[in-house]
Amino acid sequence: MSAGAGFGGLLHPVAQALRGLAKYLQGVMGADAYRKYLEHHAAAGHGTPPMDERAFWRDRTDRQDTNPQGRCC
Amino acid sequence: MGTMPEDGTRTAAEDLNPDVDGSLPPASVDDAVRDAEERRWTPAKIAIWVAIALLGGVAWFMLAVVRGETVNAIWFVFASVCTYLIGYRFYSKVIERYLLKPDDRRATPAEYKADGKDYVRTDRNVLFGHHFAAIAGAGPLVGPVIAAQMGYLPGTIWIIIGVVLAGAVQDYLVMFFSMRRGGRSLGQMAREELGVIGGTAALVATLLIMVIIVAILALVVVNALGESPWGVFSVGMTIPIALFMGVYLRYLRPGKVMEVSIIGFVLLMAAIIGGGAVAGTEWGAAFFHLDKVTIAWGLIVYGFIAAILPVWLLLAPRDYLSTFMKIGVIAMLAVAIIVVRPEITVPAFSEFAGRENGPVFSGALFPFLFVTIACGALSGFHALISSGTTPKLIEKERQTRFIGYGGMLMESFVAIMALVAAISIDRGIYFAMNAPAALTGGTVETAAQWVNGLGLAGVNITPDVLAQTASNVGEESIVSRSGGAPTLAVGLAHIMQQFIGGTGMMAFWYHFAIMFEALFILTAVDAGTRVARFMLQDSIGNFAPRFKEASWRPGAWLCTAIMVGAWGAVLLMGVTDPLGGINTLFPLFGIANQLLAAIALAVCMAIAAKRGSFRYLWIVAVPLAFTAVVTITASIHKIFSSVPAVGYFANNAAFSKALADGKTSFGTAKTTAAMEAVVRNTMIQGWLSVVFVVLSIIVIITAVAATVKAFRNTTAGIPNLNNEDRPHPSRVYAPAGLIPTPAERELMAEWNKVPANMRAERAGHH
Repeated sequence: MSAGAGFGGLLHPVAQALRGLAKYLQGVMGADAYRKYLEHHAAAGHGTPPMDERAFWRDRTDRQDTNPQGRCC
Repeated sequence: MGTMPEDGTRTAAEDLNPDVDGSLPPASVDDAVRDAEERRWTPAKIAIWVAIALLGGVAWFMLAVVRGETVNAIWFVFASVCTYLIGYRFYSKVIERYLLKPDDRRATPAEYKADGKDYVRTDRNVLFGHHFAAIAGAGPLVGPVIAAQMGYLPGTIWIIIGVVLAGAVQDYLVMFFSMRRGGRSLGQMAREELGVIGGTAALVATLLIMVIIVAILALVVVNALGESPWGVFSVGMTIPIALFMGVYLRYLRPGKVMEVSIIGFVLLMAAIIGGGAVAGTEWGAAFFHLDKVTIAWGLIVYGFIAAILPVWLLLAPRDYLSTFMKIGVIAMLAVAIIVVRPEITVPAFSEFAGRENGPVFSGALFPFLFVTIACGALSGFHALISSGTTPKLIEKERQTRFIGYGGMLMESFVAIMALVAAISIDRGIYFAMNAPAALTGGTVETAAQWVNGLGLAGVNITPDVLAQTASNVGEESIVSRSGGAPTLAVGLAHIMQQFIGGTGMMAFWYHFAIMFEALFILTAVDAGTRVARFMLQDSIGNFAPRFKEASWRPGAWLCTAIMVGAWGAVLLMGVTDPLGGINTLFPLFGIANQLLAAIALAVCMAIAAKRGSFRYLWIVAVPLAFTAVVTITASIHKIFSSVPAVGYFANNAAFSKALADGKTSFGTAKTTAAMEAVVRNTMIQGWLSVVFVVLSIIVIITAVAATVKAFRNTTAGIPNLNNEDRPHPSRVYAPAGLIPTPAERELMAEWNKVPANMRAERAGHH
């Protein structure tokens, strides 16, 4: 990524901070779930290929159908 | 279940061999090193904590002792933040060191059960945000507003002290014990630790409590949207927006969560702005102008459909939207309060602090203030989140203090900010908004006359002010908009317009606030209905096994209908209640929530006793005793009080007698039908209170019995049954808190040198 690179060194820390914030928010929202699944899959060394992105998200929400998670008041 | 330990007699550290693999650095900072680090007090460290203590002391002094004509809102921020910091640094450390004794050499469920889906090691800071978003919702925004009737000080003290000694303790303990049990739910833990009777009582109580909580949250939304075309339109638009997001994520661009959340957020803002335009047109005002009963029925039908639709279509996308809004709104509120620093004119103790017939909620300060503010100080509902979901994501045992205890402190801060927002508006407006229409008469003239007649110091309100405020926030009227949400929205609009946009933006900020409160509540209603439905299916399944199959449609639909019917009935009672639903029912919400806290703490006490931590059992016993006394006293008031405004049966008797005497209107009920409704509702509410309190007492008694038995076993040298999962050695490391200590940094550096292929979760082979 080269966001902010064209603005010289001054904006670089700002761009970096923003990118860090975006990454943090993605984590909180659970947007990085597929990446984490792939990491786990590769590390665990299963013989089968991992699910593709579409199948993964489908599986994720479908499992929530039978395993609901509470949200508080 | 497959998670039962093979042998109940072992202790945690015995069969845990940390050196499974000599090639890896240790998975935990050495105990002696950490100890030395914690006990080393450098001058800089001492200076920082002295400064925090002094600042907090000055802030409390300003709030509690000086109590000038006005008090600046910034003192609330300092008093709370300094107290939280001290509670977190000192008290939660005591709990960690002496009661829970986490061990980083043990793998967490996220490591030894890793599956890449439900059990995933998650960065502690990310998980903190994730957990916070799951526990915080509309509750901490509503309770403190209603409690402001008694003045600012009682609520402030309870929110801040309550969270440090009770609320955060509960969340931390439940999370830790559930983590040690592979992420088991509170219900499962109650069954294991308290036996069949205690476990069953806990399950039934939890189910009933969820019904009450969902119903009263729904009542808050209904009260906020009643006769508000702008609100109905913009909140109604969240449904098509969520459906669109769901389809987008499923079919168009799977996995692009941030992208769709930003699109959803933009659409949401458009819905708020568009709502103003729509409500300004004649057809829009007519079409979206709905009375409360219609909205309540709409919500019931919606609740049923939402709970049987697949998660991907409505619940998941709205959850993304709700999380996105939650983080943004809370950051915005904090910045605004710190920048604007409003002057507060509300007295520390109001005229109603010493009475039990306040117009906003009925009942004396003790015990009713302590149940009116539940979320933000002590919320039993959190025990359901802290067990189950979050423990499956924790990376290291020592992080539970930061996530469990720290996360709850954060929610408490939200409650303080809500309190500040509510008390920054004029007291006259506050009472005109929060008293039932039966008292205010519903018009600006009658409301102003009633408020001025209350004899409140410094309150003199004119009908013009009420009309002007309503028109500023883009509503037809703000009189008798009880439930807390509209008051918070006016307070927030009042603060935000000084920050951004001026008076012209007040209507936008008001509806922005109503929108996010409705969004949080609708998500809680949906998720609550689903969770309750599964609990019911599971229970019925013990007698009719077919019900245990989650995919069996008739069973799922029947149980959903039962749960929605149950909360829907309570909701309709509240909406049609001529005494004002919030006034009588809101205390029931707090009682239900804190009875659940009592159940959770009782389970924790039994577990702590079985671990042999008798010297430090007071850490659990004190908040348990307090919440038990508060909720049981409040229940007794609600059941036996002879004051009709407080006691359900006293009210029932008064109305029954009036009907028997042939009266056609009594008190606030203007027709015989309304009188009959009161008789019916009070009977149901009264018996619900009886059932709650009896079930909770059963749970507490079984927990005390389990504690006594554990004590006897220990003194007799008999080992207690240990229901924890078998310990697995950990092969990963991460620091415990927000900022790593020098020793933690050193260990992290060691782990960073380990080649990536060796660090990965090979523990996954099992």
